Amino acid sequence: MIDPIDVNVDEKLSLNRYEVDEENAHIRLKNEAECPNFQEEFDKLIIACPAALYRRDEEGRPSFDYAGCLECGTCRIICSDTILDYWRYPGPTMGVEYRWG
Amino acid sequence: MADFDVIVVGAGYAGTVAAYELAKAGKSVLVVERGNYAGAKNMTGGRIYSHSLKKVFPNFEQDSPVERRITHERISLMDPEANFTIDFTSKALKQEGQDSYSVLSAVYDQWLAEQAEEAGAEIIYGIPVEDLIMEGDSVKGVIAGEDSLTADITILADGVNSLLTAKAVGAKKPKPSEIAVGVKELIELPSGVIEDRFLCNPGEGAAWLFAGDATHGHIGGGFMYTNKDSISLGLVATISDLTGATRPIYQMMEDFKKHPAVAPLVRGGKVVEYSGHMVSEGGYAMVPKLVANGCMVTGDAAMLCMNLGYCVRGMDFAVASGQMAAQAAVEALDAGSVDEASLHRYVDLLENSFVLRELKQYRRFPHFMESTTRIFKEYPAMVKEIMNSMFVVDGKPADPLKKKIMNPVKEVGVTTVLKDAMGGMKAL
Repeated sequence: MIDPIDVNVDEKLSLNRYEVDEENAHIRLKNEAECPNFQEEFDKLIIACPAALYRRDEEGRPSFDYAGCLECGTCRIICSDTILDYWRYPGPTMGVEYRWG
Repeated sequence: MADFDVIVVGAGYAGTVAAYELAKAGKSVLVVERGNYAGAKNMTGGRIYSHSLKKVFPNFEQDSPVERRITHERISLMDPEANFTIDFTSKALKQEGQDSYSVLSAVYDQWLAEQAEEAGAEIIYGIPVEDLIMEGDSVKGVIAGEDSLTADITILADGVNSLLTAKAVGAKKPKPSEIAVGVKELIELPSGVIEDRFLCNPGEGAAWLFAGDATHGHIGGGFMYTNKDSISLGLVATISDLTGATRPIYQMMEDFKKHPAVAPLVRGGKVVEYSGHMVSEGGYAMVPKLVANGCMVTGDAAMLCMNLGYCVRGMDFAVASGQMAAQAAVEALDAGSVDEASLHRYVDLLENSFVLRELKQYRRFPHFMESTTRIFKEYPAMVKEIMNSMFVVDGKPADPLKKKIMNPVKEVGVTTVLKDAMGGMKAL
């Protein structure tokens, strides 16, 4: 079970500068139906992704949005052999841009 | 004939230093950086120990945008209800060549890149290297965007999440137990307020590590570094242990920030950036093969990072490895041979320096930390109980001091505590 969340991560992400590549996802998940351990693996990503890209809606359905990605690669380490279809870096000039880092 | 003598992938600490040294030696060098400027995709805790940087830039203290010289080392054992801190300051921490500085990577990398460019290196920004040009098992250059760019030597300095080292040197994808994820908030505060709150002179600052409740008892810890007019506050958590937690890392970060020992330090501050990055924690065991025909691996891409709990280092390793890769590259190019045997000179240089010596010296520590999870829960609680028994005065007749101290220790187990202390010493 995942504890209740009282922090608004989107607000924090909105402080960063991004150039989101709307056309091309740089991370893609496999279909739930293809992966026997999908839910279990997805929960790991909910816990470990600092940008909260992996979430569940009120009915518990998984959702994923790469737009706020910090490009750390944590989900690649956890799930590139299981529920991630691929993990790439965003295309030229795209993605997050740290001003201080 | 190749397009360049050397192509460097990544304009971080290792890559820019390598490029600077190569350009200074008169070699043609191209750096390919996927960010729109150096450091745009980089993040540090962070503090850099000066010793290796000083060898490359003897006047970096005056010339480069360091934030503050670190003169206070603080370490805390954090319980949900208490916090025990050691504060160490010493003249030796301030001595030139053995001091350390807080830095911000996106700022600092740009300065390093400028030095490389002024020395004659070329840098292209905003283009990720997608692949390596291979001829058999030799690296012959890179594929970036539409371009194939060739070089006699390719130096990989593309960071902890390198997608290229697998192909170049057969590096394995790190295991979740070998890697931590870090998150950080940059919190702006006036410099005078920082100096008052952290008890520091102007231009000087504190580095602060927290074990225990910062990660809600999970392997890892909190960190705080004072910059000129901001505080870097964050968490690092080993991925394999974190994924068993019930609370996402961003919520842990928020809880840490609200802990009564942390909240007053950042009160009134304005969060201006939220960043994430991985940290290699596995030590020497996860360092990949460092050279191949026409290729060397440096910095975080080579997993050159060391976490001893009280001391976390990576950037000084990156700088040294960049410099040594450049030295080996110059010698190899001058001798007209860039095969693996010639480039092995780079490994020899690392072996004879602090880089691989220290990583080897402390190679048992990552396992100790991973297997001694009491550091993160039981020990902060034990210290809290001891301190409470000493400092809380409630008007009831008190036990003798020996009993006050030994009771909380007995709760964990005297032999367990001794064993852990011995284990820690042995691993260090």
